[in-house]
Amino acid sequence: MDLEYTTLLPEIILSLSGILLMMSAPMVDRERQHSLGYPALLGIGTAFAATVVQWGLSGEGFYGMVFQDSFSQLCKLLFLFSAAAITLSAMSYLEREKLLHGEFFALLSFATVGMCLMASSADLILTFLGLEILSVSTYILVAFREKDPKSTESALKYFILGAFSTAFLLYGIAFIYGATGTTRYTQVADFLSSASFYPLALALGLALIAVGFGFKAAVTPFHVWTPDVYEGAPLPIAMHLAVSSKAAALVALLRIFYQMLPDLSQQWEGMLSISAVLTMAVGNIAALTQTNIKRMLAYSSIAHAGYLLVGFCANNASGVQAMLFYLFAYALMNVGAFTVIQVMARDNERFLSISDFRGTARRHPYLSAALASFLVSLAGIPATAGFMGKLFMFAAAIESQHYTLVVIALLASAVGLYYYLRVIVLMYMWEPSDILEPAPVPLSAKIVIAIMIIGTFYLGIYPKPILDLASEAAIF
Amino acid sequence: MEHVVFYFFAGVSVIAALTVVFQSTAIYGVLSLIVCFGAMAVLFFQLGAHFLAAIQVIVYAGAIMVLFLFVTMLLDPESERFPSNRLVKTTILALPVAAFLALLLLQALAESWPTLDVGQEQTGRIETIAAYLFRDYLLPFEITSILVLAAIVGAVVLVKRSD
Repeated sequence: MDLEYTTLLPEIILSLSGILLMMSAPMVDRERQHSLGYPALLGIGTAFAATVVQWGLSGEGFYGMVFQDSFSQLCKLLFLFSAAAITLSAMSYLEREKLLHGEFFALLSFATVGMCLMASSADLILTFLGLEILSVSTYILVAFREKDPKSTESALKYFILGAFSTAFLLYGIAFIYGATGTTRYTQVADFLSSASFYPLALALGLALIAVGFGFKAAVTPFHVWTPDVYEGAPLPIAMHLAVSSKAAALVALLRIFYQMLPDLSQQWEGMLSISAVLTMAVGNIAALTQTNIKRMLAYSSIAHAGYLLVGFCANNASGVQAMLFYLFAYALMNVGAFTVIQVMARDNERFLSISDFRGTARRHPYLSAALASFLVSLAGIPATAGFMGKLFMFAAAIESQHYTLVVIALLASAVGLYYYLRVIVLMYMWEPSDILEPAPVPLSAKIVIAIMIIGTFYLGIYPKPILDLASEAAIF
Repeated sequence: MEHVVFYFFAGVSVIAALTVVFQSTAIYGVLSLIVCFGAMAVLFFQLGAHFLAAIQVIVYAGAIMVLFLFVTMLLDPESERFPSNRLVKTTILALPVAAFLALLLLQALAESWPTLDVGQEQTGRIETIAAYLFRDYLLPFEITSILVLAAIVGAVVLVKRSD
């Protein structure tokens, strides 16, 4: 074991880029702060390139503190891809809303560093620190819409509940350490495989850790904050919460449960399958009654956390593979949908009520078509990435005989169809309520939407490339 | 003698912690938290973690609690009292949960826990701490700086918003 700097090359590049962005923010004109997105994109792109170059390398770094393996690398690719897309859509958003703080991009870079660390961590202490970096940066980003008191309110809610859930996580880590004498994943696993009995403290630790990550992933019964925080947060940050932050929490939990506590799989499988059923039910049913599209997508993101837990409970290699594939598909369609909504909402996020989407197909034929395809993919209709993701996930669950879980998941998706299709019906079959000029579509938003559309249909028709990468990454 | 000292300070820390929760005047709550941290420092000292004991007094009982006191005085918590009928409702809900957790905790604590094998002459020495800080836990130690940096940037952004 040695100090291998290169195992954390992407994180180091991204940290440096974040620090440079932070220092250059005061030197850039107030009116041009949003253009700091370009150097931010450069930093994220370099980190992405570093991960691609290192693909296939494996080992441990920093005296066994981090793993370098295909799982962590694929997760990093996912986080960096989403971070780039969020940065790109945030640039035009910050300009339009006159939120003149270039620190936005520095904080987003730091949050991404935290997520990458969570994916490659080999020790509970480092996982905790990664989660904290992600959380602290996100608390601030949620409060970015300075003119809207709702933004501050949601940031405060997220902060207080988040601090509370962090305490649970830390308490759980303390119990694991107390029961086994170590916080290193592999050492805990070794201790358990040779132990004659499992102390109760271990079960307490397991449950508390699940609470801590369950909160971040917005899993029922720890989901209550989600709609309020999404509603107040700036749209690019709602995107970040729904896509990256959720993925990071699930990936870290996956690593902990699969790698550190495989001997307790019976316990956590039971716990998580109950949570999966509740999450799918609450998410889909509550989404039916929403009148604000941000809140609807918040409940939809809760429902999707439930589908992801179905793959988690499968507890086999194809489950991991399906989860990773689904996370990619989910990132594509969710980032796309949020970007379209961001353009249509106009300045000050004025038009976010679902009824505002009446007849938008007349005003914005292309945008409406894009939003419709993202919603169709979220609903899981064939020929889209969302369908393929669900298919692989449920196949993996059937492989390990979780029949009831799959039946409930299918019923939940059927309920979900209704609220996604309702928006499409409003867009295409209703008359517009008022006459508005078409909203201006900035170039950066066009690029993001185009990439996400191509990705959604490409993965829906030919999922092999990402599926192969995911199968290489399913190392547990 | 060792046992007497342990039980005395353990008792003090528990009573002080309970006072923090049940004290209705915020300033007294903060002061009892200082007492609690001081008693904990003695327990650390008894375990042979001298460095940790010193840090506990300097950082927690000293620096952080002074900040707490200042903030409490600035915010004037006397003006905002908790409505008492809500207090009763939350207590009724909290009691069964707390009882369940206490039972679990007692059960867990009754089991045998693995002990760390560290010689008395080794612990608490600056050398041992340095080996942990700059070798085994080098990365968490360094990464904490990113965490603190994010928090500082965040504080600046939140303050700058108001103008």
